Amino acid sequence: MTQSNSKTTLWLSGNEAIARGAWQAGVTVASGYPGTPSTEILENLVTYNDVYCEWAPNEKVGLETALGASFAGARVLATMKHVGLNVAADPLFTASYTGVRGGLVIINADDPEMHSSQNEQDNRNYAFAAKLPMMEPSDPAEAIDMLKDAFELSEKYDTPVLFRTTTRIAHVKGIVPVGDRQIGPVKVGIEKMPAKFVMLPANARARRLEIAKRQENLKDFVETYSGNRIEWGDKKRGFITGGISYLYTKEAFPEASVLKLGMAYPLPEKMIAEFVREVDEVIIIEELDPFLEIHIKAMGIPCIGKEKIPAIGELNSFILKKSLGVATGDVFPPAEVPPRPPNMCPGCPHRGIFYNLGKMDVFVSGDIGCYTLGYLPPLSAMDSCVCMGASIGVAHGMDKALGKEGEGKTVAVIGDSTFMHSGITGLINMAYNKSASTVIILDNRITAMTGHQPNPASGNTLSGDPAFAIDIEALCRTIGVKHVTVVNPHDIPACKKILKEEIARPETSVVIAKAPCVLIPEERKRVKKPLSSLIDKCTGCRACVNLGCPAISWTSLTPAEAKKLGKKEKQKGYARITEDMCNGCGQCLSVCKFEAIAVAEEK
Amino acid sequence: METSGNILFSGVGGQGILLASEITVYALLECGYDAKKSEVHGMAQRGGSVVAHLRFGKKVYSPLIDPGQADITIAFEMMEAVRYLPFYKKDCKVIVNTHHIDPPMVATGKIPYPSGLLEELEKRNIATFPMDGFAIAKSVGEIRSANLALVGALSSFLPVEEKVFLDVIKKRVPRKLDENIQAFLAGRKITSKES
Repeated sequence: MTQSNSKTTLWLSGNEAIARGAWQAGVTVASGYPGTPSTEILENLVTYNDVYCEWAPNEKVGLETALGASFAGARVLATMKHVGLNVAADPLFTASYTGVRGGLVIINADDPEMHSSQNEQDNRNYAFAAKLPMMEPSDPAEAIDMLKDAFELSEKYDTPVLFRTTTRIAHVKGIVPVGDRQIGPVKVGIEKMPAKFVMLPANARARRLEIAKRQENLKDFVETYSGNRIEWGDKKRGFITGGISYLYTKEAFPEASVLKLGMAYPLPEKMIAEFVREVDEVIIIEELDPFLEIHIKAMGIPCIGKEKIPAIGELNSFILKKSLGVATGDVFPPAEVPPRPPNMCPGCPHRGIFYNLGKMDVFVSGDIGCYTLGYLPPLSAMDSCVCMGASIGVAHGMDKALGKEGEGKTVAVIGDSTFMHSGITGLINMAYNKSASTVIILDNRITAMTGHQPNPASGNTLSGDPAFAIDIEALCRTIGVKHVTVVNPHDIPACKKILKEEIARPETSVVIAKAPCVLIPEERKRVKKPLSSLIDKCTGCRACVNLGCPAISWTSLTPAEAKKLGKKEKQKGYARITEDMCNGCGQCLSVCKFEAIAVAEEK
Repeated sequence: METSGNILFSGVGGQGILLASEITVYALLECGYDAKKSEVHGMAQRGGSVVAHLRFGKKVYSPLIDPGQADITIAFEMMEAVRYLPFYKKDCKVIVNTHHIDPPMVATGKIPYPSGLLEELEKRNIATFPMDGFAIAKSVGEIRSANLALVGALSSFLPVEEKVFLDVIKKRVPRKLDENIQAFLAGRKITSKES
């Protein structure tokens, strides 16, 4: 967090503003699971005093923790990315019935355009389905104010509140006015309210009626809520919008009339009717699903929506103008440039495993993390990736479908954090129902892709306190997996031998590839011994180049150049290691058959 | 560019784009501008192509620069100067670090690193300011100061006085301050006659 030029404003990202807003609102407990674009909220909130913050093993546990804290009377925040809310959907739908004691706000970060996600689902649909109010800020400054409103709403209407951001709010920085911390109005303590908190059918039926009452009351609230407002302008076109789309609308059509919805659900129907009466044409601007459009059309209001405005990917003001036939000016067409996809880091332990798997005749079901990059060439060693933990279920299902023929053909690959999140139950199923598949757990001791958050196998907590580090090997044995082997992924030939044996085994087996992520602080501090290639010995076999390590590059040779270097004319080139990028992991050394790679200082 | 502007930062994950864009923002905020900056985190950062949008003015709505609307680009890598061409205004100023970072297809020898990248910009009459940020960084004795040299080159085109930038750098650069200031000034010199 950083101080801006005035004492009462800060330059903050949406996520930093939400952390600040939660602290100001008197939040004392927060739980979540890392996921882009939501991760920085808890990482920032933990730096404030008087707030307990934790990483839960997954979003369901995180939300249940938040619900418990709310039952105790605390103001509480749960954070997750959009697909995380799928995991937490079970407690979500019934938390709508129990309601709260202390204010409970669930931050849900959607990722239109899939910058860092496997889908771009529109989680406004959850608000409708779970009958929960949903707020949507448009920028960091608004997020901080709206969060205060969200907690008040939660307590006043006895409801969890969904608070939706998107990537362009979470990871956008802006000037944010800030204030002091308040204390929540509810007294923290045990108060037994079984008729409200025990959702057996008789109680749930009564609570269902309370939800109906709540929805009626919220209908009145949204008509006067300051987050919903009309900005009158030219009345030829009236735009109804919310969230980030509001800013794109203002940018593209600064003169137009706009109804800005700070709440995506429920909608202020009277305010909408009043707005619609005054304008000639109603246009709904929203990213992803026609959520507002469907609801407004159901009110019997004719409007323009997804027939003009794209329902796929992010919007921006250029797309809005183009979609509505407004001149945008000439734009340079793109010039052809080679792609630059993300890549695993030099020295990444995952690389060694995928290098081996790419050379085996197996179906590799992958999972969510840095290692999903094992899909990309030159490794090209992943055949499916669906959601957190799915690698294990998919491998097991394939094994059962293929029967005898599938033995030795199915492998799941999952990271340590993903295994903690939702892989363990899959592995229990494999052991219990006698799968012949192999699960490779890539244990790099950290949740790497989202920026190195600890998990229950890491040995520390979000606040930096030491914690018990789950022994993954012992856990797998306890579950009933008889064959558990730990390997060093950097030693590629040794790994190959073990992987071949374990994959061929007609029983459930686990291989734990254990080596820390090169970006964790202890690894960064470790003195590295970079490797160097010996050009005179290199035969150009490409074994090391095919690792796809960013520190290794290929230099092409013409026959004349090869001859000049004293090589066979048919040698097409040689490999070169950029020493200041090399972390000395030794994977290339382990695959070189010509002693053409050595520790740089010993060369 | 007097009262508002769109600045695009492009490069490769890990090149110090974040610090460069933050220093630029703080200098603009000191001068009383509103600003918004958009970044992408997560998957995009693992050595992939990265871009940050910075918009400033009296009041900024959208955090994204529209296609055809970037006034200035600072590209931390040659190829990345061309990748985001559709964002450039016809009279966009493009500051290019001439440094090469090979993407996987080049590193593995499938294709050569493209040639004639600066010409791609020049033939479209885009004002191009190539500079070797790495050489400047080496000459001042801090190899990680190339990003400050690029900010220096950018600073000539912004409605912000040199002193404001220097004060921000003093506040925001955690280490090797003198070297970073020298890198900034060396970069600024390259473009100061053009502004």
